[in-house]
Amino acid sequence: MPETETMSPEEEVAEADLDRFDKDQLLGFLREMLLYRRFEEKAEEAYAIGKIGGFCHLHIGQEAVALGIIGPLREDDYVITAYRDHTQALAKGVDAVGVMAELYGKDTGTSRGKGGSMHIFDAEKGFMGGHGIVGGQVPLAAGIGFAIRYREEDRVCVCFMGDAAVNQGAFHEALNMAAVWKLPVLFVVENNEYGMGTAFSRVSALPVVERAQGLGVPAHHVDGQDLLATWTLTESLVEKIRNGEGPQYLDARTYRFKGHSMSDPVSGTYRSKEEVESKVRERDPITILRNRLFEEGMLDEEGLKAMDTEVRKEVDEAAQAADDAPFPADEELYTHVYSEINEHGRLFFDGRDREDD
Amino acid sequence: MQTITYREALNQALSEELERDENVFLMGEEVAEYDGAYKVSKGLLEAFGDRRIVDSPISELGFAGLGVGAAMVGLRPVIEFMTFNFSILALDQVINSAAKMLYMSGGQIPMPMVFRGPTGAALQLSAQHSQACETWYVHAPGIKLVTPGTPADAKGLLKASIRDNDPVAFMEGELLYNVKGEVPDVEDGDFVIPLGKADVKREGSDVSIITHGKMVHVALQAAKKLEKDGIEAEVLDLRTLRPLDVDAILETVRKTNRAVYLEEGWPYAGIGSQIVATIQEEAFDALDAPILRVTQADVPMPYAKRLEQMAKPDADRVVRACNRVLYRNGTGS
Amino acid sequence: MATKVHMEALSPTMEEGQIVEWLKGEGDAVSSGDILAEIETDKATMELVARGDGVLLKILVEEGGTAPVGDVIGVIGEEGEDISDLVGGGGGGEKKEDSDSDSSDDDAAEEDGDGEEDGEEEKADDAEGDEEEDDDDDEGDDEDELDVPDPADPSDLPDRKKKKDGESKEDGGRIKASPVARRLADEEGIELGDLEGSGPGGRIVKADVEKAAREGPPAKKEEAPELEPFEPEAGEEYEDIPLSQMRKTIAKRLVESIGPVPHFFLTIDVDMTRAVEARSRINRMLEKDGVKVSYNDIILKATALALKKHPACNAHWGGDHVRRFNRVHLGVAVAIDDGLITPVIRHAESKGLARINQEVRELAGRAREKKLKPEEYTGATFSVSNLGMFGIEEFTAVINPPEAGILAVGVMEERPVVIDGQVEVRPRMKITMSCDHRVIDGATGSEFLQTLKGILEEPLTAFV
Repeated sequence: MPETETMSPEEEVAEADLDRFDKDQLLGFLREMLLYRRFEEKAEEAYAIGKIGGFCHLHIGQEAVALGIIGPLREDDYVITAYRDHTQALAKGVDAVGVMAELYGKDTGTSRGKGGSMHIFDAEKGFMGGHGIVGGQVPLAAGIGFAIRYREEDRVCVCFMGDAAVNQGAFHEALNMAAVWKLPVLFVVENNEYGMGTAFSRVSALPVVERAQGLGVPAHHVDGQDLLATWTLTESLVEKIRNGEGPQYLDARTYRFKGHSMSDPVSGTYRSKEEVESKVRERDPITILRNRLFEEGMLDEEGLKAMDTEVRKEVDEAAQAADDAPFPADEELYTHVYSEINEHGRLFFDGRDREDD
Repeated sequence: MQTITYREALNQALSEELERDENVFLMGEEVAEYDGAYKVSKGLLEAFGDRRIVDSPISELGFAGLGVGAAMVGLRPVIEFMTFNFSILALDQVINSAAKMLYMSGGQIPMPMVFRGPTGAALQLSAQHSQACETWYVHAPGIKLVTPGTPADAKGLLKASIRDNDPVAFMEGELLYNVKGEVPDVEDGDFVIPLGKADVKREGSDVSIITHGKMVHVALQAAKKLEKDGIEAEVLDLRTLRPLDVDAILETVRKTNRAVYLEEGWPYAGIGSQIVATIQEEAFDALDAPILRVTQADVPMPYAKRLEQMAKPDADRVVRACNRVLYRNGTGS
Repeated sequence: MATKVHMEALSPTMEEGQIVEWLKGEGDAVSSGDILAEIETDKATMELVARGDGVLLKILVEEGGTAPVGDVIGVIGEEGEDISDLVGGGGGGEKKEDSDSDSSDDDAAEEDGDGEEDGEEEKADDAEGDEEEDDDDDEGDDEDELDVPDPADPSDLPDRKKKKDGESKEDGGRIKASPVARRLADEEGIELGDLEGSGPGGRIVKADVEKAAREGPPAKKEEAPELEPFEPEAGEEYEDIPLSQMRKTIAKRLVESIGPVPHFFLTIDVDMTRAVEARSRINRMLEKDGVKVSYNDIILKATALALKKHPACNAHWGGDHVRRFNRVHLGVAVAIDDGLITPVIRHAESKGLARINQEVRELAGRAREKKLKPEEYTGATFSVSNLGMFGIEEFTAVINPPEAGILAVGVMEERPVVIDGQVEVRPRMKITMSCDHRVIDGATGSEFLQTLKGILEEPLTAFV
C-alpha cells in the first residue's frame, strides 16, 4: 500500500472526539462490533462442519467500517454492497437469524435460501443486496441514487466496494454519472489492501483515494479501524449528500484478518504471517475501541465478559434457529425467476413440467 | 386505423406510457436533445423534460446498471441501447444483475424495466455493428425477450413490455424503423398486445415458415415466391421469444407437417435451435420432414456489399429450404 | 468443556482431507487459533486451526489418514477431562474411519464405545436423510418404468434384444418413414412395410400413407423364406489390443509412405481337387433339402475357419488400437447395378455350409434390390471378393476400412501343375489377400493363407 497521506483528498478528519458520544452509545458500539465478530466466527465454524457451503467471505477485522458508516444513516437510507456482506446487513438492521439462515441455505433466510452468503437482501430494511461481481453493484448504487433524486427524496445510498473494484470499468462509469447528475450516493471503498491475493499497489498506479477525483467525486479517507473517526466523518459526508452536494467518495482503510474467502489461506505468498499478526495485534477495531473505553473507565473486564457472553448467546441462538429451520421446498426452485407469469406463452424450457407426460 | 411507421409506433408507445406512469423514464445515448439516434424518441424531451428523458454518457455498462438500480427501488426505466451491438458491454448488468435480482433476493426485488434498441444487421455496417443479439438475452432465465416485426406489434408490445414487472429486452431493427403499417388509432384507446402470443402473418397449408422480428418480412416475400409455384406457406411470427407461444408453433407444425425456422442470427445455439428442439420434443409425430433453419452465414458480417448479401438470410434461401422440407427438387436431406 | 476438532472444509469443493502432519501432539497445550495440523485438500495444503483452548487430548486420525469433512479427528479439552463420549461419537459416526484408518481401532475399549453409538448416529442420519432417500426412491421408480438396463449387467441382453425385435415388427421395422407417416399408418392400420416411399432415400411420407389409405395397399410381395434366428455362442465379442510403440511407429510410417491404408498383397495358388470332391459329396447329401453349395460358400467357410485360427487377421484398425475379433463376420462383396455392397454373414465360423449358402443367396438377392438394412451390410470383421465368375484369374481387392484384410478370389480352372515330378492337370485357383500393414505383417498374413490353403486342399483339416 503506497503512502497516501501526501495526496490531497478533499478533507482530512481529525481524531474523533470521544465527547461527541455518550457512554451508552459507546458501549453499544462495542457490543455491536462484538456481535459482528462473533457472528462471523460462528459462520466460520458452521462452514467448517459443512453447514454452510459455497463461497463465504468473512468481514473479521473490518467491523468498524460497517458500523462506522451504516450507523450514522437513517433507517430509510439504502445500503448496497459486494459479497462480503454479512455484517453490513446486520449493521443495517437485518435480523441476524435471517442472515444466518440464509448462510445455511434455509427457507427462513433473507433470500429464502436462494441467495446464500454473497446475496443477502432485505428490501424493507433498505439493504439492497450483496452482489457477487466485483464492482457490479456500483452502477446499481448510481441507479438507486438516480431514483432518490427522481422522486425528490432526501435519502442517501451508501455503496460499499472492495479496493479491487476501483479498477473495474463499472466503477468509473457509475462515478462519472453520479457526479454529473449529483446523485446522492456515498461510495465507500473498504480498502483492505488486497484484492483476493493481489496487493492493490501491485496492480494500480494510483492509490485508492485518488481514483475518484478525476471523475469529479470529492474524495476522503479515514482510518477504518477507528470506529469513532469513521462514524464522525461519515456523518458529515452524509449531511453533504443530503444537502444536495452530490456524491462523495471515502477510502476507508482497513484490514482483513482472515483469508479472502473460507477456501483461502489467511496468509501465504501474498502477505506474510507477520504482517497479519501485527495487524491483528495493533489494528483490531474492536480492541482499539475497547482499550479507549477501558482508559476512560467506562468498561471493565467483567463488563466486557458479560457483554461478550450476551452476544455469543445471541449468535448461538441465531445459528441454532438457522439449523432448525427447514430447507426451501422443492417447488421454490421455480419461484421468483419471474415476478409476472404472463397469460400466454412458456417461460421455462427445461421440459420438467412435461416429464410425466 | 392510422398508417404510421414502426418508428412512430414506438414513439407513440413511449409517449403514452410516459404519460400514463410517472415512474417510467427513458435513458440512453442521444435520446433527449438529439431526439434519438434513430429518432424513436423524437419530441419526448420537449414533452416530458430532462428529468424523464435523460441523455446518458457513452457508458453502456454504467447506464444499464443504473437502470437496474433504479428499478430495484421501484422506477420503471426504459434503457435505450443505440443498438444492441453495444449492449454486449452491458451484459454483466443484464445477466448478472437484472435477470437474477428477483431470484437471489428471494422474491424481494422485482425488475420492472425495459432494455430496447435495434438488433441485427442494417446495411454495410460490417462486423461489429451487424449482429443479432437475441440468443444472448434469451439464454438467461429471468429476462423476457420481445421482437416485433410490424408497426402495430411494435406499439402494442412495447406498451406491454413497459408494464411488465420483469426485465424485458425489446429488440427492434434499423431497417424496420421506416416500415409502414396499420396501427389502431390513438383515440381508440389503449392498444396493448400481451407478451407470449405469436401471430400468424399468413395462412398456408403446405409448409410453416416460423420466424421473428425483421425476418417476418423476408418470410412473407418467400411465401409469395412459393405461391407462384403452387406452394402455400404459413408464416408464423413469434413476436415474443420468452415467453414463447409454443402452442402456436405446435399448431402450425401439426397443420403443415413441415417447418423452416428463419432468423437473422447465427445458427449455433440460435433461436431456431430451441424451436427445433421444442418441435421435435412435442410434435415429433406431426413431422413429415426434418426441420431446417435459415440463418445468417456462420461468419462475422462482412462489409463488401456482395458478401454481405450472401451472409444474410434472404427469401431465396427460405424458398430453397421450404422446397427441401417439401422434398421437392429431389434435394431432401 | 472439551472441543471437537473437526475435519474442516478448507476449500469449497473439499469432501475429505488427508492429514499431512499434526503440528501439535497429544498432550500439547493449544489455544484458539493455533495451527493444529496441515491438511491436504483437493486443491492445496491448508492449515487447520484450533477452535478451543486447552490441551490436545486425543488425535483420532493419524498422519497420512483421511477423514471426510465434518468428521471428528481430535479433541481439545482440559487436562484429565473425560472425553470418552466425544471420542466414541466421533469415531463411530464415520464409516470411513472404520474401513480406512486402523489408528482408532487399536483401542478395544474405544471400539466398544464406537459400536454402541454407531447405531444411534446412523438412526439420526437416516431421519435427516429421509428426504433425499425419497428422491432416490423416486428415481428408482422411474428407472423401473423406463426399463433402463444396468449397463454393467449383461444378463438382460437377450431379453432386451427380443423386446426390440418385437417392437420393430409392430411399427414396421427400420423402414424409413417420417414420424407423421408412422403415426398415420398406425391410425389407418396400414403396414409401412407394404408401402413404397416417395421421399428422399425411399422415405415413406404422409402422402404415401394417405394414398395407400385411399387406394388400398399395393399387392404383397413374395415373402422371402424366413430363417430361424441364429443363437451365437456366449463369450466376449472381441478383445482390444493396445498398440505397442513399435506398432504405432509402423502405422505412422506406412501411412506416410503409401496412403491412408497401407496395403500389401499376398497371393497363393490353391489346388482345389479335394474341394471339388467334397463339394459334390456335400451337395449329394443336401439334395433332399434342395440346397446346392457353391465353391464360394466353401471358400467363405474355409476363410472363416482360418480366421478363427489367425485372429490377428480378423481385426480392425482402430487408430490407437487394434481390435481383434473373437467372431468372424464375413463381408461378401456383391456386385449391384451401380456399385458394390458387402452384406455380412455373421458368425460365419460357426455356421454350416448350408446355412451360409442360404444366407448369401438371400442377402445378395436383397442387395441387388437395394433392400438391405444397414446392420446387414456393416460390422464385417473381414471380407471376401470373388470375381471368378467373370473369369478373372487373379486380382487385388481394396480393403474396406476399418477391416484389415480382404481376399480376392480368382477363377477356378484346370491348369497343368507339377506334382511329384509329374505334370498333372488339376483344378487350381489363385487367392490374393490384401492386408493393412498397420495390423497384419507379411508373415502373419502368410500363415493365415497357409491355413486357408490347407483347409481347401484337404477339407478334413477343418475337423482337426
